[in-house]
Amino acid sequence: MLRYSAKQLLNMALTLFAVSFLVFALNELSPGDVARKVLGPYASQSQVDYLTVQMGLDRPVLVRYAEYMGKALAGDFGDSVVFRQPVSALMFDRLGNTLLLAAISFAVIVPLSIVLGVLAGMRERGWFDRAVSVFSSMCASIPEFAMGVFLLGIFVVWLGWLPGTSPLRSDTGWSLWMQFVLPVLVVTFYDAGYLIAMVRSSMVEVMRQPYIRTALLKGMSFHGVVRRHALRNALITPFTVILLQLNYLVSGLVVVETLFAYPGFGRLMLEAALTKDIAVIEAGTLIAVSVTMLTQLFGDLGYMALDPRIRV
Amino acid sequence: MTEISHDLAASRLASASLVGAEAADAGPLGKVYSVVTRSPLATVGATILLTWCLLALLAPWVAPYPPNQIDVALVADPHPSAQHWLGVDHLGRDILSRLIWGARTVLTVAPIAVLGAVMLGIFLGLLSGYRGGMIDVVIMRVGDTLLAFPKIILYLIIIAKFGASAFNIIAVITLSSAPIIARIVRGVTLDIKNRDYVAAARMRGESAFFIMFVEILPNARGPLIVDFFLRLGYTTIAIGVLGFLGVGLPPPDPDWGGMVKEAYGMIFVWPHMTIIPSLAISSLVIGANFLATGLREAALDG
Repeated sequence: MLRYSAKQLLNMALTLFAVSFLVFALNELSPGDVARKVLGPYASQSQVDYLTVQMGLDRPVLVRYAEYMGKALAGDFGDSVVFRQPVSALMFDRLGNTLLLAAISFAVIVPLSIVLGVLAGMRERGWFDRAVSVFSSMCASIPEFAMGVFLLGIFVVWLGWLPGTSPLRSDTGWSLWMQFVLPVLVVTFYDAGYLIAMVRSSMVEVMRQPYIRTALLKGMSFHGVVRRHALRNALITPFTVILLQLNYLVSGLVVVETLFAYPGFGRLMLEAALTKDIAVIEAGTLIAVSVTMLTQLFGDLGYMALDPRIRV
Repeated sequence: MTEISHDLAASRLASASLVGAEAADAGPLGKVYSVVTRSPLATVGATILLTWCLLALLAPWVAPYPPNQIDVALVADPHPSAQHWLGVDHLGRDILSRLIWGARTVLTVAPIAVLGAVMLGIFLGLLSGYRGGMIDVVIMRVGDTLLAFPKIILYLIIIAKFGASAFNIIAVITLSSAPIIARIVRGVTLDIKNRDYVAAARMRGESAFFIMFVEILPNARGPLIVDFFLRLGYTTIAIGVLGFLGVGLPPPDPDWGGMVKEAYGMIFVWPHMTIIPSLAISSLVIGANFLATGLREAALDG
């Protein structure tokens, strides 16, 4: 397992390297853009050229990439052209907010999907299974922004129970906890829809196995069989999928953050993309890709630990 | 059971085989009909999809108004009325007409993007699985690198760089989905390529191209069909999300996600302007997902 982890970490480093170069090359092949961005549309071409030389942007891409990576490894991701402050400081705050929202959502989604998925898959095609399947299929089908619009319509416009925006400031007249309710609900509906379906189909598959029938036929109670024989095996496959949700929860929150004006990482990335704030895009991509790869590694390791039949 | 990689297990779980689900005695259309009607879920899904397809196809005749016709006088009372069944938006444009014309956009962009991804994925998957060796390593490595990007981030990077257009959206969705399809096809190929009938075809002197596409590919048909409809749903969501984020198809032509974005700031005053397009896009995705789920169930029943 140690050798496997080492190999995966090496793999990860290589992929990160490739990704960072790709993004760097894609964004910086036309260096004039950056200086133009800093100086604005009314600067003359000679001023733009002068700044380009001064910022060192006229050097070859490979040289600039090496310099960028050297600084990045020391934690310096350059400055945001739009916000005029170091990217690392900007990221730190936003990432913290997103992690908070992700953690709360994760704590709601996982137990909910496991309970509903297991209860549904336990008796395949029973009424409860039917209801849960349709429910989860609907949830996974409604885009986050549409779900956000529906919930806003009900709880904010119609009932007036919850705030419509979640800027995480205390001067809006709503407590911080209230500001989390709608974003978490939207994320939960969308993501749980998918997870419930995964847990359910895994449970269904396990309940069809001969050893379950044997256990039932030898006179064990149904609930005993579910608890002692089915549960553990049914949760192995969804385990990885559950972990992979972490990665959706870090970078997939763009929509929810935009819906509720939540100051998170996803919205920062969107703003950066709209304003072509290259330094932020680069750093954000590296962070998002590392999160993906780390969750994959942990998924693999956990999977092996759960299922002794699997060895890499 | 030694070398099961988890994603293979997951993809098997996600797309059980459809092979053997067809009725034996009907033509291809009859087969489709009998599979779809066997599951109530698939019937509902297919009906929703067909309805939207018909509306989109007949848009010039069924849409009551031109989709971009602005009539500011109507904004005084934009709510649904006898003249405008679903009301008008903040510029006085008829929402029903915009929905119908918008269906055209979604229903061309999404299937083209998914078909592009399926074709590219099939080609790479077959090549990778059948040839093996260096080709396999390179294809899978590049695919893994693409998959390491969270999708939405990948969309944002590319669209920030190259601008939002139907072509770029199709390209980015094709690129980001193809690796997953390649993986499904590669799995099937690895399983099939050592069968006797493939060896027989090779012995007959068939070309590698023939063996890949005629002997091996049909085995992947089932998972691919289910995957197609699931992906159609998710691609519709993706297009909607891009529109909502303001990096979708450029205005003024109607785009469901864009309609939600444009009217979102007015949800407190005129909620129908955002809720109605949201319902439309949800219904389309629900249709695609119900059809996929129903087909899979029908397949499991065999």
